[in-house]
This record gives sequence, C-alpha cells and structure tokens, in this order.
Amino acid sequence: MNRVENFEALKALQVQESEKLNVREGLAPTQANLARHHVLICAGTGCTSSLSGEVKKELEAKLVEMNLDGEIDVVQTGCFGFCNLGPIMVVYPEGTFYTKVKPEDVAEIAESHLKGGQVVERLLYTIPGTETKAQDMSHIPFFQKQQRIALRNCGKIDPERIEEAIAHNAYQGLGKALTEMQPKDVIQTLLDSGLRGRGGAGFPTGKKWMFAAGYDADEKYVVCNADEGDPGAFMDRSVLEGDPHSVIEAMALGGYAINAHQGYVYIRAEYPIAVHRLQIAIDQAREAGLLGKNILGTGFDFDIDIRLGAGAFVCGEETALLTSVEGRRGEPRPRPPFPAEKGLWDKPSFVNNVETLANIPAIMTKGADWYTSIGTEDSRGTKVFAMAGKVNNIGLVEVPMGTTLRELIYDIGGGIPGGKAFKAAQTGGPSGGCLPASALDTPIDFGSLIKAGSMMGSGGLIVMDETDCMVDIAKFFLEFTQDESCGKCPPCRIGTKRMLEILTKITEGEGTEADIEHLETLAQTISASALCALGQTAPNPVLATLKFFKDEYEAHIKEKKCPAGVCKNLLQYTIDPEKCKGCTLCARNCPADAITGTVKQPHTIDPAKCIKCGTCIEKCKFGAISRQ
Amino acid sequence: MTCTCGQNQALYAQLDEVINAHKDQPGSLISVLHKAQGIFGYLPEEVQAYVAEKMDIPLSEIYGVVTFYALFSMNKKGKYTFNVCLGTACYVKGSGKLMEKLQEELGIGVGETTEDGLFTIEGCRCVGACGLAPVMTINDKVHGHLTVDDIPKLVNEYRELAKAEEN
Repeated sequence: MNRVENFEALKALQVQESEKLNVREGLAPTQANLARHHVLICAGTGCTSSLSGEVKKELEAKLVEMNLDGEIDVVQTGCFGFCNLGPIMVVYPEGTFYTKVKPEDVAEIAESHLKGGQVVERLLYTIPGTETKAQDMSHIPFFQKQQRIALRNCGKIDPERIEEAIAHNAYQGLGKALTEMQPKDVIQTLLDSGLRGRGGAGFPTGKKWMFAAGYDADEKYVVCNADEGDPGAFMDRSVLEGDPHSVIEAMALGGYAINAHQGYVYIRAEYPIAVHRLQIAIDQAREAGLLGKNILGTGFDFDIDIRLGAGAFVCGEETALLTSVEGRRGEPRPRPPFPAEKGLWDKPSFVNNVETLANIPAIMTKGADWYTSIGTEDSRGTKVFAMAGKVNNIGLVEVPMGTTLRELIYDIGGGIPGGKAFKAAQTGGPSGGCLPASALDTPIDFGSLIKAGSMMGSGGLIVMDETDCMVDIAKFFLEFTQDESCGKCPPCRIGTKRMLEILTKITEGEGTEADIEHLETLAQTISASALCALGQTAPNPVLATLKFFKDEYEAHIKEKKCPAGVCKNLLQYTIDPEKCKGCTLCARNCPADAITGTVKQPHTIDPAKCIKCGTCIEKCKFGAISRQ
Repeated sequence: MTCTCGQNQALYAQLDEVINAHKDQPGSLISVLHKAQGIFGYLPEEVQAYVAEKMDIPLSEIYGVVTFYALFSMNKKGKYTFNVCLGTACYVKGSGKLMEKLQEELGIGVGETTEDGLFTIEGCRCVGACGLAPVMTINDKVHGHLTVDDIPKLVNEYRELAKAEEN
C-alpha cells in the first residue's frame, strides 16, 4: 500500500475503501468492487480449531471450478463471538448467518446459495424454543442485547488487510489528534470519557496517561499488556486476531499524549494467530506511514515492537510484565515508584491492556460525550465477557456496563444446558469470586461486582451448575495461583500453599471445624501482606465461596459428604437391589474387582475395594447404581 | 565452558543467526530463547551456555529465566505433546478426567515422556478455545469436545501415524 501522506488523504482513502465493502452493508456493489457476494468466514482461534481454514480453501477451490471466483469475494475475519457454533460463515448482502459449516457443506452453499440464490436452511441457526430459523444475525438473541465498541470490527473486516480497517475508520482518531488536538486535549478527552482499565483493577486510563505525561525524560514508553492469563478469558486475543489496527492506533495516540516514540506489545506465546496478525498489521501500518517516522506528515514518530511472553501468569501484573519485556525473570517489584515515573528501563511508561486500548480510537473519533452516554455512572462504556462453562451459548459478548448477570447468562447465554440449576457465576478469574443465584440481578460494573463479593477482572465469566462443587472450584483456583506464584514474597509463596493443603484436606474428607477459621486467617494475612496483585487477590476465590457456599464446606467437614458429587473420596457407590437385574455388566467392567454377585441376582459393591472411578454408573443400563 | 556442538553444527549455525539478528535489541533474551527452543526442541545446559557466551549474559541469569517460564523446557519432549487444557472452562467440563485417563493410558505423569520417545503429557492454562471445551492440543492441532473415551482413540491414532511416518 502507498504511503498515506496526510490526514486529508486518509479521509479520502477511507471513503474510497469503504465503497469496496458496500455489499457487507447490504448495499449493491460499486464500480470499485463488483463482487456481488462477500462470504465472510471466521478465522479466530475457536473456528480455526474447528477447521474454518479448510472451509475457506474448499470454497475458494469450488468457486474457481464453477467459474464464480470473479463475482464472489471470500474473506477471512476475526471472531463473531458465537464460538460454540463455529465455524461461522456469513454471506452478504443478505447477511445469512451459517453455523457449524463443514468442508463437506461448501459445495451445497456454493451451488444453492451463491449460484442459485437459495439459502441453505439446514445450516441456519434455530432460535431456541421455536422452529424458526434465523435468517441473519439481527434475529439471533445472542446478538440482540450486545453493543460492540471494542469488538466493533471483529467479524467485519479481514484483519490482514489494512485497507479494510481504514474503510472502517481505523487511524481517523489518530489523524484527528495529530492535526487538531494538543497532547493535553487527548488526555482530557480520555479523562472525560471515564474509561477505566479493562485488565482487572479498573484504574482510570486517562489518569495513567496524565501521570506518565507529567514526568520529563529523554525516553518514554507505551506498553500494551496482551498477556491474557486469566483462564477462560479470550477477548484480548480476539481483538488482536480480528482488529489489530485498533490497538496499534491507540498505542500511537498514547505515544502522542505522553511524548513517547516507542511502544511494546507484550503478548502470550500461546496465541500464535494473534502474534502473526499483529505483526502483519504493524508491517502494513509502517508501510502506509501510520507508524514509524513522520506519521501522516505531522512530524510525529512512533513505532511498535512485539515481545513474546513465555508462560508465566504473574507477567500480567504490570511491574512483572515490564521486567519480562526487559528479558528477565518476570518478578514484580514494589510500587511506588509506579510505572508512570519509573517503568520500562526505569523510564516513564504506562501499561494498558488490549481491550482498554481498543476502545480509545472510537472515543477519539466520536468524543467523550458519546462514550459517557453508554454504561453506568461508575463504569462508562461496554465490557466484553468471555462466557463459558455450563451455559448454552459459549462465546464472546460485549454489553453496556450495567447489564445484569441474568441478562448475560439467560438472555444472551441461553441459560444452563440439560435443564440443570444455576449455581454460581465465576468472574475475575483466579483473583475473583463466585456469585450465587441471589446475585443474578446485580448490574455488572466495577463497583457493583466488588460490592456483591467478586470483581470484574478481565471479563472471564464461567457459569457453574448444581454438579460443580464449590470447595473443589476454590481448590482449583488455589492450585492455579500456588503454581503460578513467582516465589518472590513469602505470603504468596508459602501462604497459598498452606491454604491449598487445607482445601485438599477438606475435599479428601479429613477437614476439621478449625480449618475454616484457619483459611480465613490465612486469607486476610495474604491479602494484607503479599507484594503484588497476584498474591493479594489469591485468597478471593476461597473467601467468596466461604461467603456464599459455607454450607458446602460444612457438609465436607462435618458430614464428610460432597453435595455436588465431585470430591471422589467422599463418595459412596451403592447398588439398589430392587433395580439391579444381575446382568454382571458392572462387575465385568469394574477395574478394581470391587463388585460381586451371581448372574440374575442383585450385585454389591465392596467400599474397601472401590476406587470410585464411576465406570459402573456409566455402564449400568438400569440406573441401579447411585453415588452419594 | 566450550560447546559440544560436533554433530549439531548446523543447528548452532542457525542459533548464531538468531543471536546476531537480536544483538542490538535491548532485552531480547526471551525472544532468543524462544527461537533456540524452536531450533533444538528444548534448552539443554549446553545450549544455555552457548547463548550465555555469545550474548555475554551470565549463565546463572539465563538458567534463571529458563526455569522461571513454563514454556521453556530443559527436557527433550516426545514426538507428540498432548497438552490438556486445565483452564476454568475446560475444568468444569471435565478436563481433569481427561488428564487422569491420559496418564493412565500412557503410564506416565504430567511433564514426562514415554520411553519410546513418542508422547509427552503437559497441562496448560487456557488455549482460548473455550467454545470447544474440554480441549487438548496435540502439537499444534486443537481437539475439542473430548470425552474420556476419545483418549485411547487419539493415542492409537498418533501411534499409527508415527508408524506410518517411519515406513
């Protein structure tokens, strides 16, 4: 692509490029691009895992064979969000939304829809509880309550073509700032917008920028935290895979605001597709003169390098992250001094996470007033949630702040599968907590979640049902933080280990009544004395489950029972003699020879030999075996 | 320490290229180690010593970095690494049971490699394919919606694949 010389040229380019995408807006093709159909295929990690790449190749080959390749554009895009229905394909101008498209479905789509104009009904989404097929996204409940700002271009553009990003207004905010605004105006706009960091703590982004701008230094740095470590959260990856230019643009804006000329994106090595697309985007932005020297002819210089993580959860903490960018062990250090004063290589810096940055270009072009009109007083704008676990619609959703958990889980998420009862929603990952059914009507924003006993975190939302044991879940998170503790400070290194030992004891039926008190004391001590956020928040999953699900702890300790039927040591397998037909299937499959009995006579399980593997329950055809 | 590169000359030549390319970048040690692991498959002491000498960084510091980060390994891995996702979404969908079954099937623990050098078991924290939970990656390929019964099938499949490649 040719260098874009100035802001005027960028505006003209936007108009010119957007005409090429008219079909995706439901309009007729233009001279600039005569293709009558645009077929968008999701190439995010979820859909790629379910073979969307093969679907795309197959379609391209088929179109060549049918001599239609000149009339139809096949485009790879970022994530649509509806990951458990992948691979997803959308055909424009109609906006037909095909789900679970397999390579073998491609021929039918090409023949019937793209050539014959007949939609392939069997691949459409069926609206739950009805027989109705949704013809396009606007009819699917999953999308109806969403409002996309951070994810505005994901699923709309080919992330590997800067022209398509420009058509969707990429770099307009940067152009406006460089030509019409002073650095302090950029910071003021951000302060006025009320944008708070989406990485976990919710610190006002404008303030971070203001503090970093306030220190004088020969060098300053802008750092993007793309080390998305919270298990179950994948919005940052989706932004980088679907719309990397939004992050690049925001970092350049940050550079202009604080007078920095170099940025770093610290990204997990576990995200190969995101790394690949980000690198392509950086290269294309450089070529177009939107990164590098003399951006848009304004004399402003800014460039970005990628730094790969190497699998350490603690590197999501900003001081640990900065140390890791410097190529060392990612151990945190005490604050103050904050990164705004002494950050990367001891120079003034700020660290923002991907989702936070992705909001900023939209705020710059549309203004702070527009942004403050969305969300709540406490938390402006929208938040992206990665909804997973025991919920029907798994995927990525972006909703205005203030949406309730119930709306998220039931209206958008489609409720709990298999008719089971909702038990808890886990937010905030290993630093957060589990909210019970009584909190379902809590409006989600930073303040309300903390008040309810959890926290926003980076937006992972794991739904749990009646078959999940909350003590086991607390243990799961403690195992995680204990394993990921960097070992620098004793409260985190030793304290989380002691807590984990107590929890293990409880789940094995060895717990005593004093254990709950010990857990609480340890939790308070660790929160108060650990060096960084990883340690300070590590006890949260235990405290939250103790607060809302104390009865489950007590059942494990006093009655030696696991009400959810998860903790192996506490389970008893018994055969109901009334229901047992004596078919011997269970006895033949028992790996421990714990089941005895003669043919056509009720069998029995020897609890001393039983290893509680559950094979007998799976094999029994008469429902005669129970686990309590 | 001198390097024992003898038969590995070609690999060390590749490593030289990587180190030279990163020479002027501040803080590039982790990037170099990533690429070194890509070249050798793992980071044995000899490779660390070589990087230390060429980059003029104390070996102790390099060892510190290698052992700090989960993605760096000082042990040679099997031909196929079975990496079970132990993120929250996969855990609540039963990835813990997949992990148990896999260990039972291969007769090794997490982080270990089978004697024939074919399989390594690892656990990881979320590959971000939560819509397909529970998932396991085998080398770079993601396998989703798995059940315990899929484990022996997958092990067999890859055993056959290895045999086919040998012939």
